[in-house]
Amino acid sequence: MKTTVENQPGTGWMDRLKASNIAQAWLVLLLVIGFGSALAGVQLSLGPTIEANKANETLEQVPALVFGEELAQKMAAQEQVPDIEPRMVAVPKAGRQVSYPVFEVRYQGDLRGWVVKASGQGYADKIELLLGLSPQLDTITGLFVLDQKETPGLGNKVITPEWRGQFTAKNTRPALAVVKTGAKAANEIDAVTGATISSRSVTAIINTIISDLQPMLAGKQSSAATKGGNNG
Amino acid sequence: MADQPTALERFVQGILPENPVYRQLLGLCPTLAVTNGLKAALTMAGAVGFVLLCANIITSLIRNLLKPHLRIVIFTLTIATFVTIADRFLAAYMYQMSKTLGPYIPLIIVNCVIICRCEVCASKQSVVTAAGDAVGQGLGFGLALSSIAAIREILGTGMLLGFPVLPEVWPDWVIMVLPPGAFLTFGLLLGTVNWFSDMRQKKATRG
Repeated sequence: MKTTVENQPGTGWMDRLKASNIAQAWLVLLLVIGFGSALAGVQLSLGPTIEANKANETLEQVPALVFGEELAQKMAAQEQVPDIEPRMVAVPKAGRQVSYPVFEVRYQGDLRGWVVKASGQGYADKIELLLGLSPQLDTITGLFVLDQKETPGLGNKVITPEWRGQFTAKNTRPALAVVKTGAKAANEIDAVTGATISSRSVTAIINTIISDLQPMLAGKQSSAATKGGNNG
Repeated sequence: MADQPTALERFVQGILPENPVYRQLLGLCPTLAVTNGLKAALTMAGAVGFVLLCANIITSLIRNLLKPHLRIVIFTLTIATFVTIADRFLAAYMYQMSKTLGPYIPLIIVNCVIICRCEVCASKQSVVTAAGDAVGQGLGFGLALSSIAAIREILGTGMLLGFPVLPEVWPDWVIMVLPPGAFLTFGLLLGTVNWFSDMRQKKATRG
């Protein structure tokens, strides 16, 4: 090998290296290393903020969904922070288990309500929402839509406070029903004009949450209360 | 190099005479997709401007090292890096906006405005010229996006940046904030731009 190199100048290892694909791509490889480490640095410094944003988006809605917008703001101003304990509640359903992230909201040791995160199929894509419920799960205390891709100008009006507000203080029994205009009965919800399917989807998600979780959470009252007492 | 435009010429050309959207018809995906509100359009224009500037500067710095058959790989690599940085930055400091823009921020990687500027200007000219070009083209892109977005938001919702600008009686033209509204607005604005430049040309030849 060595003799060949010496006998034929021009095809020496230097020249062969220069002609090889790897050597030609030296700039690409160098940039990959440089850019790669720059991106790793960006991810390291911004990653925790992004994760916190995601968690906060859910968490900061929780007090308002249990205590109502006004009271929650007043409490925040007076730095009366409720205890929010996140947990997963698994519901056995037709041979499989459905898990709901549930936030247990306590204030000075007393159970004040629940906030449930759930999602379901909307008109365009999945709708993800937070539902605030009273301790016995008999009254809705608030509704917030976290994520939706419904039609702009029509279905996406489900995120407006005006529409969401209809659910506040509704009894959970009998199950909620959507009507096109002029809700009369206590369990009726006005659909968004031109977006009956989006409205029905949101209402169906809520009804499912209640029928799934009422037996699980309302039954656990006594044990949850004892546990809270011990902690407090 | 004598026949190449200077930094100032590049800058001025990018804004109107060679506007990336109205004149070159490049980068139409974000132009149509995120212009249903002015705020989203401005954020998108800002992100594109940032990526354009960084990619142009890096490309111009290494222009003498570029090999013809590897240049596109390097352009794409550079652009992808800065797009990822912009994407992470938005997710960290403008979380709601980052959710609204969704996949369109990562899609800046395939925005042809940027790769076109790397190829046409930055890979041939000095850093100063490349930076001037990037700022000009970035402003031109922002101007195009915000003109379309302002019209769509005002006619579609009666508001601009969330503030009501049209009287209450205005029946919101919902179609303007839906996808067809993007095509209608862009088509009409493009027609207007062409009509104006035609008029100017005719005037010039007559005079």
